[in-house]
Amino acid sequence: MLERLKTLCALPGVSGHEGPVRAYLKKELAPLGLKTVVDPLGSLHVRRPGPGPRILLAAHMDEVGMVVSGIREDGTLAYSGAGLDARVLVGKRVRIGTGAPMAFGSFGTSASQGSIPGVIGCKAIHLQKEEEFKRTFPHEELYLDIGAKDKKEAAQAVRIGDPVWFDVEPMELGGLLCAKALDDCIGCAILLELLQEDYGCDLWAAFTVQEELGLRGAMATAHRAEPALALVLEGTTANDLPELSPPKAVTRVGGGAALTVMDARTLALPEMVAALIKTAQRHAIPYQLRQGTKGGTDGGAIHQACCGCPVGGVSVPCRYIHSPNSLASPADIRAAYELARAFLRDQMWNEVIRHA
Amino acid sequence: MLESALHALTAAYGPSGRESRIREAISSLAEPLCETLQTDPLGNLIAFRPGKSGKRLMLAAHMDQIGLMVTDVQEDGFLRVAAVGGLKPAIAIARRVVFENGAPGTVYYETKTKGPGEAEMEDLFIDVGAKDKAEAESIARIGDVAVFYSPLQIENGLATGGALDNRLGCAVLLEALAGPCEHDLYAVFTAQEEVGTRGAGPAAYGILPDLCVALDVTPAGDTPKAAPSAIALGKGPALKVLDNSVVVSAHVRLLLEERAEAAGVAIQYEVLTTGGTDTGAIARTAGGVTAGCISLPCRYIHSPVETVALADAQGAVQWIRSVMEARL
Repeated sequence: MLERLKTLCALPGVSGHEGPVRAYLKKELAPLGLKTVVDPLGSLHVRRPGPGPRILLAAHMDEVGMVVSGIREDGTLAYSGAGLDARVLVGKRVRIGTGAPMAFGSFGTSASQGSIPGVIGCKAIHLQKEEEFKRTFPHEELYLDIGAKDKKEAAQAVRIGDPVWFDVEPMELGGLLCAKALDDCIGCAILLELLQEDYGCDLWAAFTVQEELGLRGAMATAHRAEPALALVLEGTTANDLPELSPPKAVTRVGGGAALTVMDARTLALPEMVAALIKTAQRHAIPYQLRQGTKGGTDGGAIHQACCGCPVGGVSVPCRYIHSPNSLASPADIRAAYELARAFLRDQMWNEVIRHA
Repeated sequence: MLESALHALTAAYGPSGRESRIREAISSLAEPLCETLQTDPLGNLIAFRPGKSGKRLMLAAHMDQIGLMVTDVQEDGFLRVAAVGGLKPAIAIARRVVFENGAPGTVYYETKTKGPGEAEMEDLFIDVGAKDKAEAESIARIGDVAVFYSPLQIENGLATGGALDNRLGCAVLLEALAGPCEHDLYAVFTAQEEVGTRGAGPAAYGILPDLCVALDVTPAGDTPKAAPSAIALGKGPALKVLDNSVVVSAHVRLLLEERAEAAGVAIQYEVLTTGGTDTGAIARTAGGVTAGCISLPCRYIHSPVETVALADAQGAVQWIRSVMEARL
């Protein structure tokens, strides 16, 4: 699972440009012989039909990133980003996808081929006025530098709308994994692993798109799947820094799988949280309750689709989330996987789904 | 009847996402008035009674209330909290609260550097009288939700207490249910309205009514230097023209106006620019649902001293009953 995770994290998967991640997942899923469908928004659906209720497992393929939004006279590029703190960008290496335009309906498989390198630039420290030195440069004052000498040269290399992603390879850092896109390649890797087994339910796995732009893929996914219950597998915030009081930490790296009680888009039903805790305790799987109440996951869209369904959130704490280098603990990743698997194996949905 | 229902419903515990007790309280009152009672996946309670017209009428009132969720149990036994729904720190400070298990608590704030007006939610805590973490955890844990402890008082035709938003709407709906209805009637007591009208849409999706009328409270502007609102207590229930979530279709407004006139109920008109209601979520579900809203004037919304006029509620009962007898 960890090797797959590293491979996934190295792939480009900027929201709306999830092609390379989708292609990799399809390739890994192929040996299972399960039917896969790509929906019109680009989410990848995999089904393992069974006699039990329809259980949706969801993880999002997209990562925070940018797109080229303009080519300037001097050959530098303006960009537009979502979910990114400008403070983490300056000086970072990126890659800019320049794959050939894709035919309608054929979702890209190799935007990574033909991508070119760039760096995120800003006015040098020597030239900054004192006022500038003290503040954060907003996105509008940063730019992408691809080494082009002018607009014409830049226009030959990139196109407006090209995705821009961090050029970082995953690495091991002490006992932790350091990579971009852990949010939510972790969920994708866990979901791949969960799909290896049959749990007796009508399993519907969805690798969704555009979560980082507002749970967009999941909304369509949930309408397609109409699940009786859903589990969302995520990477979540860990602010476990010494100076912050416990609730502000939200989760702790190394503290086990994090269960969602409340975030900005969902209130977990008490039965859902109780069933996950019971599962964790029964199998001695480390868990923690997510103490933050901000942020949202695909669960926000899924639980309100159609007639609604209970949604559980099982997450892995990620320090420095939404940055080029997030840190997560392999032990937490394993705990999240084991918890989701045990929940399914023990058919714990029976304790949550309301039988009217 | 309305008063006794109001006492029972405001006494029941039921913050967003934790509606099982209020659902039970409503169920016991609704049971004699309907044919089936169903709880849907998100916890909406749906009371159904068949009619003769072949049309479906949905009436909706949210049953959840605002609260404070425990986000941390400290070593010293104090509980840190986050708001469930639109609860302002200054309103929560110095209030008595109660948990689902009946345990009481008091909300206060870190007094060292701020006054109550500047305190933010992260400066607040609940004191449950525990001497340490272990004792506190025997009372409340992370994820548990406290609500205002504020028993209902009725004086001079005004009712004051916590959770009148929207137990008043629930009580009006229950009272109206005792009347005859031409249509297949779905009385829906919705969940999770206070956190963003989450339950109502899925409920309506399952029903696909020909018409839905929601019932909720609306801020009155008849107190000294209140935030602007043309609504006053005691001048009748209000016809929603629009709020942040919906502009009610003209034909629905006309139908509701006509039914108020037929029932002889004096009404007010509501233009609310600072909040949304279940109406918006219902209107947008599936391929779209014809939806309107009857609003009940209320002072001091989202506080433990929400205040309403019983006469407005009685008017709303007559109005709704008139809708139940209308041709759709």
